[in-house]
Amino acid sequence: MALLGYFSSLNPLNLLASLPGNIAQGVIWGIMALGVFITFRLLDFADLTVDGSFATGGAVTVVLILAGVPAPLALAASVAAGMLSGLVTGLLHTLLGIPGILAGILTQISLWSANLLVLSGANRAVNVDNYKLIVSLRNVNSAIITATVIVAALISILYWYFGTEQGSAIRATGSNPHMSKAQGINIDSMKILALCLSNALVALSGGLMSQYQGFADIKMGQGSIVVGLAAVIIGEVLGEALFRKRMNFWLRLVFVVLGGVIYYLVIGVVMWLRMPTDLLKLLTAAIVAIFLAVPYLRAKAKSSFALAGKRGAQKDA
Amino acid sequence: MLELKNIHKTFNLGTINEKKALCGIDLHLKEGDFVTVIGGNGAGKSTMLNAITGVWPVDEGTISIDGVNVTAVTEHKRAEFIGRVFQDPMMGTAANMEITENLALAYRRGERRTLKWGVTKAERVHYREELKKLGLGLEDRMSVKVGLLSGGQRQALTLLMATLRKPKLLLLDEHTAALDPATAQKVLELTDSIVEENRLTTLMITHNMTDAINHGNRILMMHAGNIILDISGEEKKNLKKSDLLQKFAELAGVQEETDSVLLS
Repeated sequence: MALLGYFSSLNPLNLLASLPGNIAQGVIWGIMALGVFITFRLLDFADLTVDGSFATGGAVTVVLILAGVPAPLALAASVAAGMLSGLVTGLLHTLLGIPGILAGILTQISLWSANLLVLSGANRAVNVDNYKLIVSLRNVNSAIITATVIVAALISILYWYFGTEQGSAIRATGSNPHMSKAQGINIDSMKILALCLSNALVALSGGLMSQYQGFADIKMGQGSIVVGLAAVIIGEVLGEALFRKRMNFWLRLVFVVLGGVIYYLVIGVVMWLRMPTDLLKLLTAAIVAIFLAVPYLRAKAKSSFALAGKRGAQKDA
Repeated sequence: MLELKNIHKTFNLGTINEKKALCGIDLHLKEGDFVTVIGGNGAGKSTMLNAITGVWPVDEGTISIDGVNVTAVTEHKRAEFIGRVFQDPMMGTAANMEITENLALAYRRGERRTLKWGVTKAERVHYREELKKLGLGLEDRMSVKVGLLSGGQRQALTLLMATLRKPKLLLLDEHTAALDPATAQKVLELTDSIVEENRLTTLMITHNMTDAINHGNRILMMHAGNIILDISGEEKKNLKKSDLLQKFAELAGVQEETDSVLLS
């Protein structure tokens, strides 16, 4: 009876009404996911800086807009701040020999303090009525269009960049550092470049997000690495399923962003089902774990010790 | 072309695992020399190659390539002068990049990586011609990811990458050791033809004494961080396996029955 009551209390119209908002958020997070894609997939470097640099992007953008700086310029500044964060992680890793994951965590932790300083507190609001913002949840449709245009431009730039000599060198560094060195590539420089580029995108995403929601919060980046990974992985699985071998670099980038959108649509459904929001992060982590595990388990299902044993037993019989 | 003067390298200095890997190596390679290097495990063959490529700085001595002192030059900058093929076929190529992309990376060895497009149309034509020479049919699979190739194909590709832009020095570190005998033979033949065609100064480490005798114009034997034998010219041409084993026993001060040290 209680269950019936629960289901009858769900209003499909509410879900429909929440969809555009989720799409807008998904596209904005998709930019962040592009950054994660660069480090995680191309450079083979699990960069945890992003939890910090996402909030940095938000903080810098909001504070500058409040100070009267036009929104596009504020965004440009947050991109620079993101690059700087990536540079710090890169230098910690290459110059000081600190393992990649730890280097990212160290920058992330220090960014927490830096963000508090920038915000001079835990959060700052920016009202769309008083300032000209690029995106705002007050006008979701225009936010979706603007964010999509930005994403299209970014994907074009990334597609071009990773086709250049420099971009190829970054991909080679991620694929095989030994070979890269033997071919005269300075792999330390390439790692730093990729980290700067990645965190620039993450901060840009944070800057857009803070405008969209109308405030920057010290905690807005928490767990963003997992959201980014979720987007990258969901996009990959979907892309592979739809295009298989025809998945080229262009499509991979598009599907990373689509992964972000799908992630937020799923979140929308979860919220609509009135599941406790406290469980969101647990759910996200579970999604990422499952999607990371599936390719591994599939490969294992084809060749496992248990299976080998069974085949051997059948032959003997 | 290559000049090693009194090269010393000790690993784990001052610890219980201290190992004197190179003990004052002197070596001079003339332009066009094709030198084979033999020696047992731990003799210092790979260490010598790593010293030349600059994997780490040497403790003592100087390294010059074509008259340029490179002792203080880092690995990726030395790559401008050096083409390398590793023992492990996985190490010389980027598995999740296309054949063309791998070749394009190698074609730019020693150059700044700019924002120009990574592979030009003219290059593709050039690569196609070069791949044809390998005789493996790779010219028809240029957009295939290298990870899908066999070990022998990858090693042949690495060889092409190492020589696509003519290096002052070609270093082969047991580059056929991980291949089956027929494939190893094929890669060795390719090596010979590429070295000859480009008149490359080459240093080839091998565990196979017959290969060491049959290839190149000079043979080095290493033991305990030293070059203990250096034969070239007519003497090298008439060299037999038994001579080498005997010489090894004399020079290394070990009995002939332990020649497995050399063969291993």
